[in-house]
Amino acid sequence: MGKLQTLFRNGYDKARGIVKNNMRQYAMLFALITIMIIFQILTDGVLLKPRNVSKLIYQNSYILILAIGMVLLIISGGNIDLSVGSIVAFVSASSALFAVVMGIPPVIAMVLSLIFGVLAGMWQGFWIAYVNIPSFIVTLAGMLVFRGLNNLILNGETVALPELYVKLASGVVPDFIGGPDSNLHLVTIMVGLLLSAIYLFTMLWSRLRKKRNGFEVPRTYVFILKTVAVVAIINLFMYWLALDDGLPNVLILLTVLFGVYSFITIKTVPGRHVYALGGNAKAAALSGIKTKRVLFWIYANMGLLAAIAGIVFAGRLNAAAPTAGKGFELDAIAACFIGGASASGGVGTVMGAIIGAFIMGILNNGMSIMGLSIFWQDIIKGLVLLGAVAFDVYSKSRAKKAT
Amino acid sequence: MSENILEMVNITKTFPGVKALDNVNLNVKNGEIHALVGENGAGKSTLMNVLSGIYPYGDYIGDILLNGEICKFKNIKDSEKLGIVIIHQELALIPYMTIAENIFLGNERARNKVISWEETNRQASKLMQKVGLNDKPDVLIKDIGVGKQQLVEIAKALSKDVKLLILDEPTAALNDDDSDNLLRLLVDLNKNNGITCIIISHKINEIKQISDQITIIRDGSTIETLVKDIDDISENRIIKGMVGRELVDRFPKRESNIGEIAFEVKDWVVYDPLDEDRIRIDNVSFNVRRGEVVGFSGLMGAGRTELAMSIFGKAYGKKISGTIIKDGREVQFHSVSQAIDNGVAYLTEDRKSAGLVLIDDIRRNVSLAGLKKISKNFVVNEHRETEVALEYIKKLNIKCSTMFQKTENLSGGNQQKVVISKWIFAGPDVLLLDEPTRGIDVGAKYEIYSIINQLAAEGKSIIMISSEMPEILGMCDRIYVLNEGKVVGELDKEEASQENIMGCIIRSSNRN
Repeated sequence: MGKLQTLFRNGYDKARGIVKNNMRQYAMLFALITIMIIFQILTDGVLLKPRNVSKLIYQNSYILILAIGMVLLIISGGNIDLSVGSIVAFVSASSALFAVVMGIPPVIAMVLSLIFGVLAGMWQGFWIAYVNIPSFIVTLAGMLVFRGLNNLILNGETVALPELYVKLASGVVPDFIGGPDSNLHLVTIMVGLLLSAIYLFTMLWSRLRKKRNGFEVPRTYVFILKTVAVVAIINLFMYWLALDDGLPNVLILLTVLFGVYSFITIKTVPGRHVYALGGNAKAAALSGIKTKRVLFWIYANMGLLAAIAGIVFAGRLNAAAPTAGKGFELDAIAACFIGGASASGGVGTVMGAIIGAFIMGILNNGMSIMGLSIFWQDIIKGLVLLGAVAFDVYSKSRAKKAT
Repeated sequence: MSENILEMVNITKTFPGVKALDNVNLNVKNGEIHALVGENGAGKSTLMNVLSGIYPYGDYIGDILLNGEICKFKNIKDSEKLGIVIIHQELALIPYMTIAENIFLGNERARNKVISWEETNRQASKLMQKVGLNDKPDVLIKDIGVGKQQLVEIAKALSKDVKLLILDEPTAALNDDDSDNLLRLLVDLNKNNGITCIIISHKINEIKQISDQITIIRDGSTIETLVKDIDDISENRIIKGMVGRELVDRFPKRESNIGEIAFEVKDWVVYDPLDEDRIRIDNVSFNVRRGEVVGFSGLMGAGRTELAMSIFGKAYGKKISGTIIKDGREVQFHSVSQAIDNGVAYLTEDRKSAGLVLIDDIRRNVSLAGLKKISKNFVVNEHRETEVALEYIKKLNIKCSTMFQKTENLSGGNQQKVVISKWIFAGPDVLLLDEPTRGIDVGAKYEIYSIINQLAAEGKSIIMISSEMPEILGMCDRIYVLNEGKVVGELDKEEASQENIMGCIIRSSNRN
């Protein structure tokens, strides 16, 4: 009896230790799952129906893209970009200008629009990094300027866009295996299996490499448990999508962006420079980091991502409209903070921003399904944002006291 | 009533790990001007902070007696109520408010919480007249010079019915005319208004000129009090009191193996980044040889940090001119990264705010300046990074739980070792070390001295800036003395002594 008790005791302590050490990392994921469960119950199971899962992805894709760019700004020292909503509109308008008014092929129109987005980002980056004007003010000005440019181009009208835009934003990968009549989208299932294989392979390879170099690796059973869980989630998710229309094109885009930006922030020198700049700008500058250049390029990058979001959103709407993208900046910023980024800089992850954006998205979607009035939706979203950051601040101050 | 307006009895004040004041006694007679002198870090400012209630009662040991009565100040307000006013070296004025507003800041002339501007301006004019300030009371602080700002501070003190006025380095930022003016005013206030003054100053000649008694503080203890017309208060006598300490064996031995000139700076001129007419570094030239440790000594504000940072890729200053010669070849550093690429490193004097990314771990801090060396196509090799961190933790004996420990949780000495690791890993030939042992304990200091010696033995050139004279004397092969942005002396190890260095500084100050 005593032995069993100690065993339980040890196990409990260990589990508590693991949770405590990774509190902040897991807290957001935990919050996401909790919110999913709550709304699954409140919506009588509608939330996680295949149809609605696809919808969640389509509906939130552009906010997710914006959040990826925004989190870099926030990591770099609490910078934000208030103009992204307007850039989304500006880019969709310029797309309409190129593709519809000027009749340029859609692919080239898209590329030109992306360049416009980057230029818009560079314009703001120049004022912020090299003229030292606070980002809040520059992007507030940008918010007005780009909204105005959008209206100038569209002349206040709504313009329908070519098919390619719609395909990108709302289309799915064609099912060339199962054919159009299949109940299950087989290509989607295949992609799931392929991803599982890739994941399995890279995990094994990295584990072997670590072992060979004499680094500590997690216990075998932990490794197996984790791998099995991830593979199961990937396949379940893909199966779910396959039950609906299949793998959305925009999800591929999102996955690529997520992968690329996670890699940049975690593994590369420029990524390190962004974190160092936010962690301590003076120390970064005195360590040879060209802080102004870093700041300039993350704003240029924000412009690029806003342009991608703009194209996706225009496709989703099937048109370039004068009011496109209104309020997107706030959703993107909120997503980053809910996802654990710190307003004082140096802390935050692309993964966190994505989770944050999904929390916002599920709140929006779930409350809409429940038929809650839009007023209540805003109030609840605002309180969730405040609560998430308050929790973060509280747990940080607790951690400080503990040391 | 006691003859002494103020008696500070056996004051001891400790900070974590450091005893800043050790049984200090200070007696100030009613109606005198009392000077407080000592080196940087001797404890003068700490003592005055104890007196004015910045360090509240209970935070120190000992007693403060004002007119024979024990005082227990909880904050500055308490001490001000009894007529003790301190004017800090950094003036506490608000630039975008008027002279009158500043004089009555926190002490507004108001009826029912509504400010009476008539009363404010009338009383301000009166006070301004007293201190010889001829401007209008509604002139903004930012539009008058430092000399006049100092007068505003004194007017502000007078508005609080001051009995004991404390001035911390009041003339440090002033030119000669303004200094003379200020000193005359002090004497005048002292004679005619009966205000007792305590003045802290490095300028021995002005102290000699105006003070009735001089108390010398060294290493947190009172050394002696010299009385005018009784004791010898010559410059030499005061300097001896300030620096006359025994040098124990606090520095590891090093065989100097000095080679050819590795790094040379010629005719270096730097202007203040905020005030482009103000020259901060005035035609400084120096050199350092391979394997040599060269010291830069000087008082606070002498321009040592500014000199080092302006060389390090123009990290400080405007309108920089001059030549840098490295290994016989002229080089130009337009940016910090260029300086690093050319083998120069600068260790900042303020490791917390400018040296470390405190929220990052040891590993990331060590690699920060040398990421190029462990990356390929911009991708960081994390295995290599880990190896590097482990190597330096071992080599420099950094005490930590793992290399993933956040640097904010390390002790001062270990934090400094992390910053030094960062710079050694960047692979420089010339290291500019700015106050490398500031705020760390004696044991860690010894370790850092050993690291510096090791670097010199490897043939690197070390430039060491320090406000601690024993450290400069104990570590350096050659010493440049800097004062007010100029090199005012170059001393070899053999001829260098604390008296010599202080002498260089004081002679140059007096010349001005």
